[in-house]
Amino acid sequence: MILRGAAPLAISLRDWWMPPNAAAHGVAVDRLMRWDVAAMSACFLLANLFLVWLFLRPRRKSSAPSPWRAEFIPLGLLIVLYIVMAATAEHVWARERFEGAVPAALRIEVVGQQFQWYFHYPGIDAAYGQSRPQLISAALGNPIGLDPADRHGKDDIVSSELVLPVNREVDLQLRSLDVIHGLFVPEMRLKQNAVPGASLHVHFTPIREGIYPILCSQVCGSGHARMQAHTRVVSLTVYNAWLATHAKRVGQ
Amino acid sequence: MNDLRAGGPARPTLLKRIFTTDDRTLGIRYLLLSLVAVFVGTLLSLAMRVQLASPGIRWPLHGPMLPEEYLSLVTMHGTLMVFFVLTTAPQSGFANLVLPQQIGARRMALPWLNALGFWIVALALLVLLSAFLLPAGGPIAGWTSYPPYSAVASAGPGQGGGMDCWLVSIGLFCLGSWFSAVNVLVTVLTERARGMTLGRMPLTVWSWFVSAILILLAFTVLFAALVLLFCDRHLGTAFFVPQGDWISGQVVGHGDGSPLLWLHLFWFFGHPEVYIAILPGMGLVSSLIANFSRRPVVGYRMMAAATVLIGLLGFVVWGHHMFVSGMNPYAGTAFGLTTMAIAVPSTAEVLSWIGTLWGGGLRRATPMLFALGFLSLFIAGGVTGPILALPALDQYLHNTFFVVAHFHLIMAMAGAFSIFAGIYYWFPLMTGRLMSERLGRWHFWLSLIAAYVTFFPMHLEGLAGRPRHYAQVTGSTSSLASLLPMERGVTWAALVLGAAQLLFLFNLVWSARRGRAAGDNPWQATTLEWQPVHAPVTVGRGPYEYHSGSSEEDFTPQWDAASQQE
Repeated sequence: MILRGAAPLAISLRDWWMPPNAAAHGVAVDRLMRWDVAAMSACFLLANLFLVWLFLRPRRKSSAPSPWRAEFIPLGLLIVLYIVMAATAEHVWARERFEGAVPAALRIEVVGQQFQWYFHYPGIDAAYGQSRPQLISAALGNPIGLDPADRHGKDDIVSSELVLPVNREVDLQLRSLDVIHGLFVPEMRLKQNAVPGASLHVHFTPIREGIYPILCSQVCGSGHARMQAHTRVVSLTVYNAWLATHAKRVGQ
Repeated sequence: MNDLRAGGPARPTLLKRIFTTDDRTLGIRYLLLSLVAVFVGTLLSLAMRVQLASPGIRWPLHGPMLPEEYLSLVTMHGTLMVFFVLTTAPQSGFANLVLPQQIGARRMALPWLNALGFWIVALALLVLLSAFLLPAGGPIAGWTSYPPYSAVASAGPGQGGGMDCWLVSIGLFCLGSWFSAVNVLVTVLTERARGMTLGRMPLTVWSWFVSAILILLAFTVLFAALVLLFCDRHLGTAFFVPQGDWISGQVVGHGDGSPLLWLHLFWFFGHPEVYIAILPGMGLVSSLIANFSRRPVVGYRMMAAATVLIGLLGFVVWGHHMFVSGMNPYAGTAFGLTTMAIAVPSTAEVLSWIGTLWGGGLRRATPMLFALGFLSLFIAGGVTGPILALPALDQYLHNTFFVVAHFHLIMAMAGAFSIFAGIYYWFPLMTGRLMSERLGRWHFWLSLIAAYVTFFPMHLEGLAGRPRHYAQVTGSTSSLASLLPMERGVTWAALVLGAAQLLFLFNLVWSARRGRAAGDNPWQATTLEWQPVHAPVTVGRGPYEYHSGSSEEDFTPQWDAASQQE
């Protein structure tokens, strides 16, 4: 009886935190989030409980607390907390973002457009084909405007699903055809805007197989909320098979 | 109450009464203008909440809400609330109402400019609201209007005429705010009564002064950005639209603009803007907590210094809105550190408020309830500040409902509570009457509880990965659909929060006619706006001379000439 009542609660409790992490750098991000949210929640509770106590205690003749007790010591303690928070978090950020991907990383170009994500794999020659905006035509099967005259583009794969092999670092190169979009993969603890006119890199390593949602996090128009895709993290063999089938289809 | 400024005995003409330069009248007009804006803005947000709780619901005389209509509601809600409520009411409304009296001035220094500022802001509001009348509807790019989305009319419905209305309206608003800010600066610098040194100014005056400086600097940059965007839209320039930009099947980018330029310019304005919105509230709450605790503000000099410091640091933190925008990650580190630094003066202010309360005897009048509500909500929204300031965590939380929860608690709710506190407190200056305490208490408790129930769960939604600006949570990936029950709960709380404000409206109207007569200085306050007869004074003491526990007179007002202490 109690169990039956608790089951839906447990399901909804799962929504009260980040979805389970699936990226290598996410372990540190999650640890940081747990500590910092806990510390700041404690500050919130302490301060507000103290306020409630001040509100409820009987009115009395005042005896002022010393400025040390009321002001300087708590301020000093909080400054120490802020310094610890900043130092630990900046360390995680620096490790993740200050350097680019390793040379052996899998390179994939992400192209955002109203209201669709495309994932552009460079193919066997490891070089992206050139694309020109004048050639963009989703109806003709060329949603990112690949130039058919460029031989580098012959073996390229353009997919609406981001398929990744597990445990290999990925180097995403983001761009946008029209307006600013935001690539958001909650399980990968990853968010980066795709900005037209710019080519931005972000790298991560998926460590868990599965299918994870990709969302758009920067308002981009009436279809913003449905600009969603999936990333599918698979084993290396499945990935190679996927690559083989898609490469052949392009080659025909 | 004060007829010093009424001029001669002759009744002014209708035209003169409409275009009055009387600062108190202008203050009341600003507050009424904000009341209109907050009424519309709240209705828009409630419509959004109903849509989120029941996606696809059929609206009477309209049918289902389209995604672009939802986005237009978001954009107009944000713009109305940030500019026409949170900037206008505390900075222009309250300052006009009490600033000259608080520093012992006869009137504002530049009354004509001041009046002009009001009419320009009123025009700006009309222009903004007129966007709703256009066939394609209002703008849908959010209150931040990132280009190229905002630079190209074909990027979406409402991005044509609606976006132009937005640009013109905000441009006018910049102009009106400058005039008002110049007037405040000059008044504080030149019109103070004898003896009203900077160190004797109430903290409200310090806040208005710092906010006015922020307005001059920040709105200038925004105005420049608006002009550039306007040129991009209509004169064929390319400040923000990059080469080869391709929108709706056409190449629209022929120059070499950079969308990131707009982000830098906008947030250079946008972050000081949130301090413009909240600093006056912080100053007011300092005064109210001192008054209703019958104690001097703990660390008055430190509070004034913290206000100035927050204003200064406010100009070097804008990049924390841009951690994932494509800005250099090293810059992200720097902006993360400056943002953590600004938490220090803010924390010092909170500790001073708590310290003042700690040593005082609490009087639970309605203005004080709202000041305490401000404090509670300011802490609730404040604790998520240092979390969002860290780029490592913001890369997950950016543009999720966690951010929505953060700024609605610390800016919107805390700001609104400080505005309510000010209206309950200064109502006697407007009408000679007190507002009903009983209605005020109901209004406070319902609002406080509903505000927490509305905005607290948004943290959880944000942690679950729920992005902003989604017209519904049920998308093609199923990750967000399980949040629907929480969305429904939030909507119910928001409806209660909205309904509670009807009590306030009723209280306003009822008390203006039938409220208890306030008499002189009903709150036994020390600052000069409560001086019973507005005669020139020589100020010889600080603004918060409360000494609780002593004889029946537990305070010495600033106009008290007897036993002047130098």
